Amino acid sequence: MTDINQQIQEMVSNNDVVLFMKGTQDFPQCGFSAVTVQILKNCGLENFLDVNVLADPEVRQGIKDFSDWPTIPQLYVKGEFIGGCDIAKEMFQSGELQELLKEKGITK
Amino acid sequence: MSFCTLRLLRSSKAALSRMTRSFKFMPIAKDKLEQLLAQKFPDAQIEIIDLAGDNDHYSLKIIDKIFAGKSRVEQHKMVNIALKEILGGTLHALQIKTSSN
Repeated sequence: MTDINQQIQEMVSNNDVVLFMKGTQDFPQCGFSAVTVQILKNCGLENFLDVNVLADPEVRQGIKDFSDWPTIPQLYVKGEFIGGCDIAKEMFQSGELQELLKEKGITK
Repeated sequence: MSFCTLRLLRSSKAALSRMTRSFKFMPIAKDKLEQLLAQKFPDAQIEIIDLAGDNDHYSLKIIDKIFAGKSRVEQHKMVNIALKEILGGTLHALQIKTSSN
């Protein structure tokens, strides 16, 4: 395992919810990232780790390789890759995402 | 002169202006995209919407029995693999929604 893979593995293992995104949750720099942040907030999630891939080219490429997923944002819950913006949106609309977060004891 | 060349000439002016606008991403026509997907998913029901009318931002809905029993991530990966040659290079933005029924 390369260093960057190790780093990403630690981030997703040590945090309940991690969003790899462009910009930060307070200042998203891409529409898809902004939507995903909004979805998480609407799920009642107050605390999650946002990783700004624009701040680190190694993470930006690293997360694509790690997840085998070509786009940003990427959402992880309890170390599991959930998907990008489209999947997060679909799961939020069907209520699955809220359920998942509750089930995992992350939200009430 | 072949039909293709004729068509190419006719569309070259529009294509050129699109190319100069965005060098990195080259648009792809909707029917071409549809064709590529139909080749990879011959039994699928495919619906493509050109979101911005610029041949560059698409919404794709694809229903295929082969997705049954697979997670959403796996389903999307199947589409991404099929589109690998055009995703990132030719296509700028593609919203994907997959379903098995």
